Amino acid sequence: MTTPPSSAQFVNIGERTNVTGSARFKKLILNDDYEAAVEVARQQVENGAQIIDVNMDEGLLDAEHAMTTFLKLISAEPDIARVPVMIDSSKWSVIEAGLKCVSGKPIVNSISMKEGEAEFLKYARKCMAYGAAVVVMAFDETGQADTKDRKVEICNRAYDLLTGIGFPPEDIIFDPNVFAVATGIEEHRRYGLDFIEATAEIKKRCPHVHISGGLSNLSFSFRGNEPVRRAMHSVFLYHAIPAGMDMAIVNAGQLDIYDDIDTELREHCEDVVFDRRDDATDRLITLAEKFRGTDVAAEKAAAEWRGYEVVKRLEHALVKGIDAHIIEDTEEARLNIFNAGGRPIEVIEGPLMGGMNIVGDLFGSGKMFLPQVVKSARVMKKAVAHLFPYIEAEKEEGAKGKGKIIMATVKGDVHDIGKNIVGVVLQCNGFEVVDLGVMVPWTDIIKAANENDADMIGLSGLITPSLDEMVTVSEEMERAKMTMPLLIGGATTSKTHTALRIEPAYSGPTIYVLDASRAVGVASQLVSDTQAEGFIASTREDYEQVRIARAGKTAKKLASLNEARANGATVDMSKKPPAPKKPGLHVYDDWDLADLRDYIDWTPFFRAWELAGTYPAILTDDVVGESASDLFKDAQVMLDKIITEKWLTAKGVAGLWRARRDGDDIMVSPENEEVALPMLRQQVSKRSGKSNNCLADFIDTSDDWMGGFAVTAGHGIDEHVQRFEADKDDYNSILIKALADRLAEAFAERMHEHVRKDLWGYAPDENLDNKALVQEKYQGIRPAPGYPACPDHSLKPILFDMLDATAHTGLELTSSFAMTPTAAVSGFYFGHPQADYFGVARIGEDQVEDYAARRDISLDRARQWLRPNLNE
Amino acid sequence: MTGPGEQLLALAAERILVFDGGYGTAIQNHGLGERDYRGNLELTDDQKGNNDLLSLTRPDIIEGIHSAYLEAGADIVETNTFSSTKISQADYSCEHLVWDLNVKSAEIARRACDKAEAKDGRKRFVAGSIGPTNKTLSLSPDVNDPGFREINFDYLKDVYREQCDALIEGGVDFLLIETIFDTLNAKCAGMAAQEAAEACDRDVPLMISMTLTDLSGRNLSGHTVEAFWHAVRHLKPLTIGLNCSFGADQLRPHLAMLTKEADTLIMAYPNAGLPNELGEYDEMPDQTAALISEWLDDGLVNIVGGCCGTTPEHIAAIAKTVEGAKPRAMASPAVRTRLSGLEPFTMAA
Repeated sequence: MTTPPSSAQFVNIGERTNVTGSARFKKLILNDDYEAAVEVARQQVENGAQIIDVNMDEGLLDAEHAMTTFLKLISAEPDIARVPVMIDSSKWSVIEAGLKCVSGKPIVNSISMKEGEAEFLKYARKCMAYGAAVVVMAFDETGQADTKDRKVEICNRAYDLLTGIGFPPEDIIFDPNVFAVATGIEEHRRYGLDFIEATAEIKKRCPHVHISGGLSNLSFSFRGNEPVRRAMHSVFLYHAIPAGMDMAIVNAGQLDIYDDIDTELREHCEDVVFDRRDDATDRLITLAEKFRGTDVAAEKAAAEWRGYEVVKRLEHALVKGIDAHIIEDTEEARLNIFNAGGRPIEVIEGPLMGGMNIVGDLFGSGKMFLPQVVKSARVMKKAVAHLFPYIEAEKEEGAKGKGKIIMATVKGDVHDIGKNIVGVVLQCNGFEVVDLGVMVPWTDIIKAANENDADMIGLSGLITPSLDEMVTVSEEMERAKMTMPLLIGGATTSKTHTALRIEPAYSGPTIYVLDASRAVGVASQLVSDTQAEGFIASTREDYEQVRIARAGKTAKKLASLNEARANGATVDMSKKPPAPKKPGLHVYDDWDLADLRDYIDWTPFFRAWELAGTYPAILTDDVVGESASDLFKDAQVMLDKIITEKWLTAKGVAGLWRARRDGDDIMVSPENEEVALPMLRQQVSKRSGKSNNCLADFIDTSDDWMGGFAVTAGHGIDEHVQRFEADKDDYNSILIKALADRLAEAFAERMHEHVRKDLWGYAPDENLDNKALVQEKYQGIRPAPGYPACPDHSLKPILFDMLDATAHTGLELTSSFAMTPTAAVSGFYFGHPQADYFGVARIGEDQVEDYAARRDISLDRARQWLRPNLNE
Repeated sequence: MTGPGEQLLALAAERILVFDGGYGTAIQNHGLGERDYRGNLELTDDQKGNNDLLSLTRPDIIEGIHSAYLEAGADIVETNTFSSTKISQADYSCEHLVWDLNVKSAEIARRACDKAEAKDGRKRFVAGSIGPTNKTLSLSPDVNDPGFREINFDYLKDVYREQCDALIEGGVDFLLIETIFDTLNAKCAGMAAQEAAEACDRDVPLMISMTLTDLSGRNLSGHTVEAFWHAVRHLKPLTIGLNCSFGADQLRPHLAMLTKEADTLIMAYPNAGLPNELGEYDEMPDQTAALISEWLDDGLVNIVGGCCGTTPEHIAAIAKTVEGAKPRAMASPAVRTRLSGLEPFTMAA
């Protein structure tokens, strides 16, 4: 790198990102090649520009658009964005558009008194309001200042005006106009000297201001002869700086050290700048020919890293986030490995991951920050995209893909930057990532994992309540008898929390992932035939150690069962619902599907298709709107057929029975004899004012009612699924399953409404639309066995018996209490207005024993059924 | 009569002032259900967690928290309006309530302050809380499209302006732009606040408070504390400082830098330490106070308070600690051109 002839006082401003000064940059912008244009800015900063000047004033350009686009892009590049920006335009609208995109404190270049004092001060006030320093051109109503006196006079006047409105004098930078010398025109001979002398005078008269100038004008006559231009600029600065010029717009990579300039050339340049001889111009023109075409040093310096060997180049590109050469470098690495007998995947596993590991380490140690990591990931993605066809081609020869990962930011949390990074990095490494987006409830995560036949699930969250949600996801995964690995990541997560709270809740492998760079290592080991077992075992051991280390230290004591019971929910039984209007069983063996259609909650439908958004807004969403609309259209067409051609049959049963509470048991009387429904009570220590809930709390000790239901919309589906699959039509096969699920959920919603308004009839006048129903705005709840309020799945057979559900609906239970057909919902009805959903969570050994006795089962069996809730 | 800005400056010259503490924990302790949040309002979405809404539906709770902090020794309380913008309230479909939320919240805080003043005769101030919103002007939410932005400056400015106008209408003394993770958002909020202050007939000084997202001392948009100061200095804030971020000990080096550079009051209100692995803040009041007392020894701050995880007990402990402490003398840095990108850039004279 060449060093400008600078003192500590001198600031050089990069000029290459200026369409009026750089033909190459102009071409890039006109061709919409912003990627390469951003690289120009990076080179400027790497070459020592302390501020970068951005100018988009070109007739063929929408300058406002180009300015804002470019400024936004470079703000995503920490290597560039670290320096201040100079927003350069002759149009105020362009400057103001730019000011709205710059987050630091920039410089506006420029304003002047060309249009009079009023305009000048108007723009100056705006610069103050936006918080920008300003370049003031030595230009007034009569024109541009050329002589020393005019320069001084105009700047002095501007200074008085600006300080008069409170403009900070230190934020004023005067540009007294650098004009071309050695033009052959007599009046131009003194231009260099006038500038230097005016500079000294302005500095004297206007305290705290700075003097800047555009150097390239000076050497305009020598266009095409870079060595001479560089020498002229260096010589000019060498003398202008001591006079008080403290900034200049220069090509920072192309300034020579004064002492290194050829002595003869230097002397001739000084003759011109100082107007020392009448024949100065002619002499320089003659000498200049000798130096034409000798310019190579600059390019070499600018692209030094391009000379590294390829692995080093890839590393540099990843760490610096430069994607300009990534394709050619990746290809070179691929060929090298191929020629050595290796496989394309090795480019990823070797140099690319090597680079990403450095990124991870730098990020982990606080030496890199988020935007840079995102940038690196993008470079990685491009490299991998290039390799992908080669890797795919290999696959056909028997290799297999690395694995499929479901990723989600858990419910209640909207932060997804970290998750996106992990997703990108994993995709870069050959994993297929199904990203469910943000605020994803566990139902959708598990459903997506099953539907996608995923190899693992990755959960992310940033806010502290997400920790609890992750535990819930793991508990639900356990309940769903899943075995796939669960990865935990995000700002507030930790190995300790994972070991103490999440891993114990889930019997599958549960692994905390510190950051994106570790994600690949973890995921790769988990899908490896040879490493998975050892890795899982060692992680388990590691977490066990964490638990041992923490044991006794922070283990929160559960309330005893007696204490928890004493702190049960206070439910006002004067408000319990009246006796049902139509008690007993109600069987519906063919509910009208057209009626259910209106009760469909479409939002989960789209999420099942990885389209994030809320229905109906999703249909007009900027990003997914088009595909959501297409999908929705297809769904409507199929739904029409399902209904008119009767592809599916909806069967359901609901029962309303006398019930009373006996301790934590609910005694239900479906027939003449009472059936006990033992319920579980929360034992987690509560903050004062919070109760330890049990569903039995919502039932009165005598003379009360409860209900149950089982509905399905899955009858008939197999025939159609088979038809589609025989046709290799995965799309419609998934579509009908998703629709059947939605119809079953809609049926549960519709049945519940029917119960509230008619069968039980405690809310005959309820009038809720679909959205309000989805949001559970009604009175009463319908908890399902196996779900948090009632976590024991094994209550399902009792419910089915009371409903005679298999006979009435054709639903059957598997040995693990899952319902088939799968498009089904079952649960209990509680009608009390205070009844609310809650999670039982941890229970103590005292309750397990108590529960075993109440259910009349062995302690071992109770432990097996309640395992996810055990306090182990 | 002098305005609140002059009054605060005069008091700050005599002693260290006390700001209030966290509201989230205090609200959580009331164990409110969705119905408490919603009150009698006709609203479509689930309102649980919409803490700002409580100013309309449970003003008693909000005033109670203000009063608890005032009794604990706070000189300034902030309004319950951190998320009372169109953007943040959209999460709850409550955009139409923004004006009322801000006016009412300001009135509640004002009332609590008036009561406290009547009791002991000590002047109290209301700072109108302006949160960062959950949208950012500086970053793209799309990894593959770094030039994309979810919102633009003009829109965000209008959003902030509505909040500022309403807070002023409700009677706040100051506008507090806080928990700033995106410097451009803050500049935008600052511009809106200045325009709102100009449009009304009284002096409503600005308070600006940045939050750090990593230990290297940058906010989410990547600015160092000093770069941030350069970027917002033109707003001539009455106070500049840091809040949330980490605990008091981690904030220390960044405050030490700021205190030398900033020719205005320094206000800092940290979290009660870092959350533990389980997401809970467990720094005790006397621990927080002890850490803050180190700041006082070094003359780093003028106004101290608490953020996430702090309680009236923490503020009481802090109030006790600042008693008799020597106030920080305002810095008078040399006149220099101070620019910034993500990093500060100061030109030689």
